[in-house]
Amino acid sequence: MPKVIENVGCPYCGCSCDDVRVTVSDDGKKVLEVENVCAIGTEIFKHGSSDHRIRSPRLRQPDGSMKDITYDEAIEWVAQHLYKAKKPLMYGFGSTNCEGQAAAARVMETAGGMLDNCATICHGPSFLAIFDNGYPTCTLGEVKNRADVIVYWGSNPAHAHPRHMSRYSIFPRGFFTGKGQKKRTIIVIDPRYTDTANVADYHLQIKQGHDYELFDAFRMVVIGHGKDLPDEVAGIKKEKILEVAEIMANARFGTTFFGMGLTHSDGRNHNIDIAISLTRDLNKVAKWTIMAMRGHYNIAGPGVVWSWTFGFPYCLDLTKKDHAHMNPGETSSVDMAMRDEVDMFINIGTDAGAHFPIPAVKQLKKHPWVTIDPSINMASEISDLHIPVCICGVDVGGIVYRMDNVPIQFRKVIDNQGLLDDETLLNRIADRLDELNAQGA
Amino acid sequence: METVTMTLVQQPELYLECYSVTPDLFAGKSLAEIAELPAHEGKILWKLGDFFKFEGKSGATAAETKIVVNGNVKRMKRFGQQMTGGEIVINSDADMYVGGWMRGGKITVKGNADSFLGIAMEGGEILIEGDAQNHVGSAYRGDWRGMSGGLIRVKGKAGNDIGTAMTGGTIIIEGNAFIHVLTHAEGGTVIIKGDVEGRVGGQMVKGDAYIFGNLLYPLPGFKKIGTVEKEVDGTTYTFDQYIGDLGERKTKKKGEIIYGNIYMKI
Repeated sequence: MPKVIENVGCPYCGCSCDDVRVTVSDDGKKVLEVENVCAIGTEIFKHGSSDHRIRSPRLRQPDGSMKDITYDEAIEWVAQHLYKAKKPLMYGFGSTNCEGQAAAARVMETAGGMLDNCATICHGPSFLAIFDNGYPTCTLGEVKNRADVIVYWGSNPAHAHPRHMSRYSIFPRGFFTGKGQKKRTIIVIDPRYTDTANVADYHLQIKQGHDYELFDAFRMVVIGHGKDLPDEVAGIKKEKILEVAEIMANARFGTTFFGMGLTHSDGRNHNIDIAISLTRDLNKVAKWTIMAMRGHYNIAGPGVVWSWTFGFPYCLDLTKKDHAHMNPGETSSVDMAMRDEVDMFINIGTDAGAHFPIPAVKQLKKHPWVTIDPSINMASEISDLHIPVCICGVDVGGIVYRMDNVPIQFRKVIDNQGLLDDETLLNRIADRLDELNAQGA
Repeated sequence: METVTMTLVQQPELYLECYSVTPDLFAGKSLAEIAELPAHEGKILWKLGDFFKFEGKSGATAAETKIVVNGNVKRMKRFGQQMTGGEIVINSDADMYVGGWMRGGKITVKGNADSFLGIAMEGGEILIEGDAQNHVGSAYRGDWRGMSGGLIRVKGKAGNDIGTAMTGGTIIIEGNAFIHVLTHAEGGTVIIKGDVEGRVGGQMVKGDAYIFGNLLYPLPGFKKIGTVEKEVDGTTYTFDQYIGDLGERKTKKKGEIIYGNIYMKI
């Protein structure tokens, strides 16, 4: 008889929804039905029991074809290449559990290499701003129960975080927000008229790349220099800025959610930095918080795990063995790839082939390239070795950190059918590296 | 002053970290001892002698030691890091962190320098005859204290983040700059003789920016208060004076509010 599993975590976006119902077949090998989940989440669960999944590692042959090999052979190949490399890079971790991320930290510390996660191409600038200026944040539960003014700045949850608006920000009725959407003011600041802007009370169609100027203008109003504002800032009229600033200053509890619109336009960390400064200013007159719209369900995880392991959340240089160093611009994956600064690349739980600039991929491709990922993707198809693993939240459980840094226990819903999980695979690579290091010494 | 000339004989495969190339570490050492100083290429620990041959003689102290670097060292980082005196002349391009955390002495780079030039510098002088990249005289990540003293002169252009969180000292960029000049600054002077795209003085508490060329996108937080004559880099010019950042906190001195200044050359 099919079995229904309640309160399952969804391995897609930073919302990390944990109210999913999954119906699995009698033998525990097939996902039959998925409820309480968005269209993209549904596909991930369905893909977990797809007949097309790769189930053994594949090594590229001299003629360019891929040949199936065993896990033992794959582990030996990776360990030998890591041992030989002067400066290997392991990058990814958007889609794996914290146990796997901790094992990866062990591998790269043993190998003496670079360790980086997807924040390097998404919310890395947010980390830098948080280092510089603090992080006056809250949990999504507080937003649901308290917030009456919501700002989405440079983010489009209608498409990127499909259940964010309905679970946490705009529509839910919380403890102090019993009227739901009716009593909330939604402000969307985006150069495009997005589907999120469509449900907003105010849409400020800012001139692309000029967010910093608009933040500066809002700060002037809050601090009492509203009269000194120019007639127009970043394409927004002075009257509109004064009107929206008034709403912000009168909020009972406000939250700013920011996304790639700020971290991927010129100035990057400075856009977030001034957003944090504005949040601090608003806290003198109201209660305001700010939160990064983290992309993947556990992309907050490596930041947390590696911060307590090494002291830094991403862009880690572990080559010196006795201390960690971090300086994005120098130790960030794309910069190192563009400068041809690494001589081996391990892509894990992400797709650098699709996300990195083409010149960076070309440089990385000159060296041994390993992809550790459950799926066929662009990175797996250009790599020298592809090692399939379990999908976290489908055929392996584990701890994940939601976008507000709340840890959630994800569950396994189907049998892994012989696939290794990231933690086991990486620990076996680290064990073999320990042996090689001992022999070398 | 005694001179040590180091000439590149072997290019590294990746990038070499030349944190040992400072007058402080060379001073009082024989050429054989200097060749034994460490350098990292990824996880491999090399000796400077694996890549360079050395001639000349070092002085007894850092202040009496001059280092001349010959050969293409474009793929080598951290020349003159934390140096306190003496001189380094690099006769080619250099990579990141030239003069980072420098406290005294002089560095001349005859070519271009990459990012993080003179970050968190406390004193001394850096002259770049070519261009510099990003983060000139800015703070290290997470630090709220950038360059606090000394002089950086870049004869060419520079990128973004010039003098971020600067607290003192002077940066002169003779060419154009991109964005973020004196962001978060609490002191110091930046002179840009070319054009700037924008974001000069954002979140600035205190400090002086002189812009000789065009400022394409000025920040709303700056207000014009008048016209002044000022001597800059040896010549007197007339400037429009703007104060700000009006959105940022301000300090008071003798009851007067101290603002950051942007001087735009007329």
